[in-house]
Amino acid sequence: MPQSPHVVIIGNGISGVTCARNLRKMDSSVRITVISGESKYFFSRTALMYVFMGHMKFEHTQPYENHFWDKSRIELKEAWVETVDFAKKSLVFKSGETLPYDTLVIATGSKPNKFGWPGQELKGVQGLYSKQDLELMEENTQSGIQRAVIVGGGLIGIEMAEMLAYKKIPVTFLVRESGFWNNILPKEESELVGRHILEHHVDLRLECELKEILSDASGRVSAVITSKGEKIDCQFVGLTAGVTPNIEFLKNTDLEVDRGVKVDEYFRTNVPDVYAIGDCAEFDKAPAPDRRPIEQVWYTGRMHGETLAHNLCHEPVPYRPGVWFNSAKFLDIEYQTYGTVPATWEEGQLKNFYWEHSSGKVSFRMLMDLEGKVLGVNNFGFRLRHEVMDRAIREKWSGGKVMARLKHANFDPEFFAPYYISIQEAFKAEFGGNFHPSKKTFIQKLFGAKV
Amino acid sequence: MTWIEKIGLGLFLVGLTTFLVIPFLGTYSLSEEQVKANTKAIHQDKMAEILAPMYGQEYSSNFSFLSAFGENFNAYNDDLKSQQLWDEVIWDDYSFALAKAGLKSPVRDSPWLFFALAIGLAVLGGFLYNFRQHADEPEGIKNNGIFHSKLKNRGWIGMITGFFLILFYVVLYWFPAYLVNLVWMVNPISEMISGNPASQWFLYGLIYTLAIIVMGIRMFRKYRGNKYQQLRTASVMFFQTAFAFLIPEVLVLLNQPYYDFKNIWPLDYDFFYDYQIATFLSSGGVGMFMLIWGILLIIIGVPVFTYFFGKRWYCSWVCGCGGLAETVGDPFRQLSDKSVKAWKYERWIVHSVLVLAVVMTGVTIANYFSGFSFLGNVTNQLHSFYGFAIGSAFAGVVGTGFYPFMGNRVWCRFGCPLAAYLGIVQRFKSRFRITTNGGQCISCGNCSTYCEMGIDVRWYAQRGQNIVRSSCVGCGVCSAVCPRGVLKLENGPEENRINDLPIIIGNDSIKIHA
Repeated sequence: MPQSPHVVIIGNGISGVTCARNLRKMDSSVRITVISGESKYFFSRTALMYVFMGHMKFEHTQPYENHFWDKSRIELKEAWVETVDFAKKSLVFKSGETLPYDTLVIATGSKPNKFGWPGQELKGVQGLYSKQDLELMEENTQSGIQRAVIVGGGLIGIEMAEMLAYKKIPVTFLVRESGFWNNILPKEESELVGRHILEHHVDLRLECELKEILSDASGRVSAVITSKGEKIDCQFVGLTAGVTPNIEFLKNTDLEVDRGVKVDEYFRTNVPDVYAIGDCAEFDKAPAPDRRPIEQVWYTGRMHGETLAHNLCHEPVPYRPGVWFNSAKFLDIEYQTYGTVPATWEEGQLKNFYWEHSSGKVSFRMLMDLEGKVLGVNNFGFRLRHEVMDRAIREKWSGGKVMARLKHANFDPEFFAPYYISIQEAFKAEFGGNFHPSKKTFIQKLFGAKV
Repeated sequence: MTWIEKIGLGLFLVGLTTFLVIPFLGTYSLSEEQVKANTKAIHQDKMAEILAPMYGQEYSSNFSFLSAFGENFNAYNDDLKSQQLWDEVIWDDYSFALAKAGLKSPVRDSPWLFFALAIGLAVLGGFLYNFRQHADEPEGIKNNGIFHSKLKNRGWIGMITGFFLILFYVVLYWFPAYLVNLVWMVNPISEMISGNPASQWFLYGLIYTLAIIVMGIRMFRKYRGNKYQQLRTASVMFFQTAFAFLIPEVLVLLNQPYYDFKNIWPLDYDFFYDYQIATFLSSGGVGMFMLIWGILLIIIGVPVFTYFFGKRWYCSWVCGCGGLAETVGDPFRQLSDKSVKAWKYERWIVHSVLVLAVVMTGVTIANYFSGFSFLGNVTNQLHSFYGFAIGSAFAGVVGTGFYPFMGNRVWCRFGCPLAAYLGIVQRFKSRFRITTNGGQCISCGNCSTYCEMGIDVRWYAQRGQNIVRSSCVGCGVCSAVCPRGVLKLENGPEENRINDLPIIIGNDSIKIHA
């Protein structure tokens, strides 16, 4: 009897683990090994900040109990891969040990960008991506930090600012752009988040870059010099200017790599039986016009993982992501986006509807094409129903139709302020449309929060 | 900590310390008249004789008084027991009534002063500590540092808190005679509300209500900006104060039966006991209304309300145990066990308690209609077992005493037979569910961590599945702490309540269902 094939997955992040779990669901005989040097058990990387802030313990970030892996017959190997011998189809670990595979899935994720700043390797200077980064950050911020500087205005940067604020460490936040995350967010949303950052007493410096990190006598960071020539004394520097595929150990092998591991739309690399998914994969061409060749989002990692699992067990299908969606939380303000909302667009190319609550913390944007069909939405400070928005964008509903169903799309908890009514009214005033703004129910009038 | 919080904490600790010292104040003495005034007619002469050696003696502490009482009383009973003269044994426990009568203490002389120093300071301190919390922060989730806390993460403060809670419940249920000073302290309040002297249960009810109010204020501060939490907290504060505490006492003032209109069998396990039924039947129209109201709540109120709103209508909006769990217990919600194993234990234990409560009540009713002829003995045995093991040990000692060890819903999750009944309705015939928002879950685990009922919410959320679980009390905290807007408590059509969306909306390559 032939032995069942051995699928080895390098990386136990969301992509690798989703792939492993779905493989097991689709094929009960295949042997599956998941390798990680970072942590034996899968954990949710996005939750590391909550461990730092004492909202959770590290084990709470593990979505599956430890016995799950045995029960699912997914072998876990805690080790770092040194190199891959593609000719012999074998992995070589740092320990010198080897592991043969029939199919290899590379899902090694990302690492923080470092752009060659002088002093970037000093003590007290770090990014935040891995479990080890979290442990290092706990060690680095234990005591004696009068000020921290964070470099790079993205999602990890603002998380780091929140983490440091928990320790009552004053933070200076250097952002290269003229607004927070304004390469992704339109101006108003970017300003909304910027105001909220200031409300949390973070010293936000826009259009300000890092030039150099200075060291004290012991090799620890003591200050940074900004592009404006200012020297800021600090004992901790967070480097959060994006991430880059973590594929160092695969360079100069038979595997074709560029920024990431090059794959086609079936996640196939140039080497037979070797695949790459998640943050570390770089598609030949972007999977959709509004997407990039490297997708570094939790949700895309899951889609890569489940699609590849399918392809390894069944007739392969190309990766075809649907309507884009994403979400984040900026300190206290939740953000969701569905469909395509670029940071900027040509005046006259799109119809733009923007509503903002007088508190300056709740907003809604809907972009429509010139016929008035919805292309995408951004919502801040309130929640929308994914299922409805996905359908609206996929089926190209008119803006008016989206508005007519906004109450149904609202996903805020019961008794919360019905912002959707104000949004409907504002839309009606600006664009007209064949719908009536919703009315407050009797219960909402009696007990609900006011807009 | 701000200066106002420091003052609050200081006052609270002074109040708490006074409260702990009060039981040890004063002296005790006993006279024949006091014994006769506090014993049943059939025991008067015997008790007066048994306790004769104590007359004229002064006891300097409750320990010496109660040990002398025990020696004399037990000597009499043990002798009869050894001769198997069961009918002559005095089964009634007069220690509380006699200690209360025999007490001479400054607390008894100036109850208001000690009330102000103990409960007054504790309440004032608690209020000061809570009422400005998070004032300088924007609205949002306030879970910072919970797992770094020595109180909220089973640290030494948590251990001490649990120890004192357990001790308090043990003394309250089985050694109330040690609490007579505290009972005298609240006596004037009881006289004011119901016109009757206070019992240990009045003391307990008063502290319980005040604790819910003070910690309810903390909830208002913690969940600022979350209207669902605000309303829910206001609701449990109202139902505890009005329905559980004031109305029953006022009913007594009006010569009506003591009755909590929101307490439902089988949580209210003695509802069908013969003495309860007798009280209802002998109290005219009001008594009859109470009996019918109680039965309607069981057979119509629970299923109908649970069908429309889920069991949350009771467990996290109305119930007194729930009220305490959601206010005093809120700092401990993250300590519940989320493992599949704990879930298994939960289902076995809570449904066993329900079965036991139903069987016990069934026997009680059969006994009632059979004219107390052949089931009398087994009924009494069942009542005393249930009262001891479930009513006191499980609901009180474990239910609240274990807050700092196993989270704030130990009783509700593992023990409450009413929760089990509500849960069965919720699971199989209800419009309530927690809707999962498509593919937005990032598996961070906040929802599971802060689920007081130990539901692994994330397990469902990351599969895009709605959460339909019998144990969910609908506190709404999973939805509040979710950073990505994934969870929403909803009442909706039964169709698609247990949904079958693809695990990830937005992957057009394939559709994998959970």
